[in-house]
Amino acid sequence: MITKRIIPCLDIRDGRVVKGKNFQGVQDVEDPVELATFYNAEGADELVFYDITASVEKRPLFTDVLERVASKIFIPLTVGGSINEVSDFERVLSSGADKVSVNSGALKNPKLIEESAKKYGNQCVVLSMDVKRVGGEYHVFSKGGRVDTERNALEWAKWGEDHGAGEIVLNSIDTDGVKNGFDLEMLRDLCNVVTIPVIASGGAGKIEDFSELFKIKGVDAGLAASIFHFKEVKIRDLKEYLDKKNIPVRL
Amino acid sequence: MLVIVDYGVGNLFSLSSSLKFLGVETKISSDPQDILSADRIILPGVGAFGDAKAKLDATGLVPVIKKAVDNGTPLLGICLGMQMLFEKSYEYGEHEGLGFVKGYVKDLKSDLDKNGYDYKVPEMGWNSLKFCNESPLFKYIKEGDYVYFVHSYHAVSCSESLIATTQYGIPVTAAVQCKNVYGAQFHPEKSGEVGLKILKAFCEIDRG
Repeated sequence: MITKRIIPCLDIRDGRVVKGKNFQGVQDVEDPVELATFYNAEGADELVFYDITASVEKRPLFTDVLERVASKIFIPLTVGGSINEVSDFERVLSSGADKVSVNSGALKNPKLIEESAKKYGNQCVVLSMDVKRVGGEYHVFSKGGRVDTERNALEWAKWGEDHGAGEIVLNSIDTDGVKNGFDLEMLRDLCNVVTIPVIASGGAGKIEDFSELFKIKGVDAGLAASIFHFKEVKIRDLKEYLDKKNIPVRL
Repeated sequence: MLVIVDYGVGNLFSLSSSLKFLGVETKISSDPQDILSADRIILPGVGAFGDAKAKLDATGLVPVIKKAVDNGTPLLGICLGMQMLFEKSYEYGEHEGLGFVKGYVKDLKSDLDKNGYDYKVPEMGWNSLKFCNESPLFKYIKEGDYVYFVHSYHAVSCSESLIATTQYGIPVTAAVQCKNVYGAQFHPEKSGEVGLKILKAFCEIDRG
């Protein structure tokens, strides 16, 4: 039986893992290779790296991190952030990424999904969406959740699937950072319109949030950052808990 | 020397770095001499069967790989590389495979539908292995160990060479062996410790 995946997400700036607190200030957390090694030993099923490096000149610091992690840790690695054209796929894939997530870059240029899927295969293309409720509708936001594109999220997801996306990461802006559980309603609505794997993001605060999450048919993975970084939830404990609840996990 | 066949398909970073991690001397090559003198050969692959097979054909390496296999060199096909070991694939049309292993490749979705499973395709994620036959590939792992899959097509009619399946509603071909030819539908280079153990076992298999 295929297992539900637990995925820690690491934001990388200038070669270090960072996690903003309350959207202000940035706290230096750990060396990315050390943290990735720790997560791998804990039983993480995949790792996601977001490149939040602000300047192009410092971009090699990110690919250096990626190469160092990919030379030591042999589980799937997804890279996101600053992916705007097909050549960005090449840059991170040749440094050890297995999948590439597109967000603002695909909103600006939707052809990116199709072109990259044709070149690298659907399994490589992850459509990541930051979504917020606006007037009773789900809107996709771009630029790290700052700009309302007024695009309907469910339509965008379906369009992405039809044009070659192999997975979808749904990050609910409404629940992100609140730590009161994933956005189950939004996830349910998304799972009704797409058939590709769905990764839930935004809102995980405690171990039970994941067992609630996996009750939704169609959710394949749960992604979180701070609760894992600050060891509020340990992946090993989480997976043992899910196993006891008869949710299939890799132990 | 282990040679990873380079025919312009797929991302070889993880595969070559996992072998490097194991201390295996590895060369990524499309040189017939390298392939003929290799101790072991890995045939990687991602993407669509037709495209990949056309690229492999275009390198002129098919007769070279066949000769190496005839000489007893252990060959491991991974993912699409495994699917190419079979006689045929019906992925977008009909394509001829290398024919090392009896059986053919077809879409997973129709077989799931036929059996009443509305599972997602591709099968993407970690699934466990059920052994069907002994194989030196499994020297260091145990039944029930998890490996990482990403595939939309699967090999069928290959019971003679089946060494492991994985349960995805229906039993799905996970690994095959026919003499010195081995195939893994999953990605050992992405399957953590278990995957490394499978690669290590392959690197200890000698010319048959």
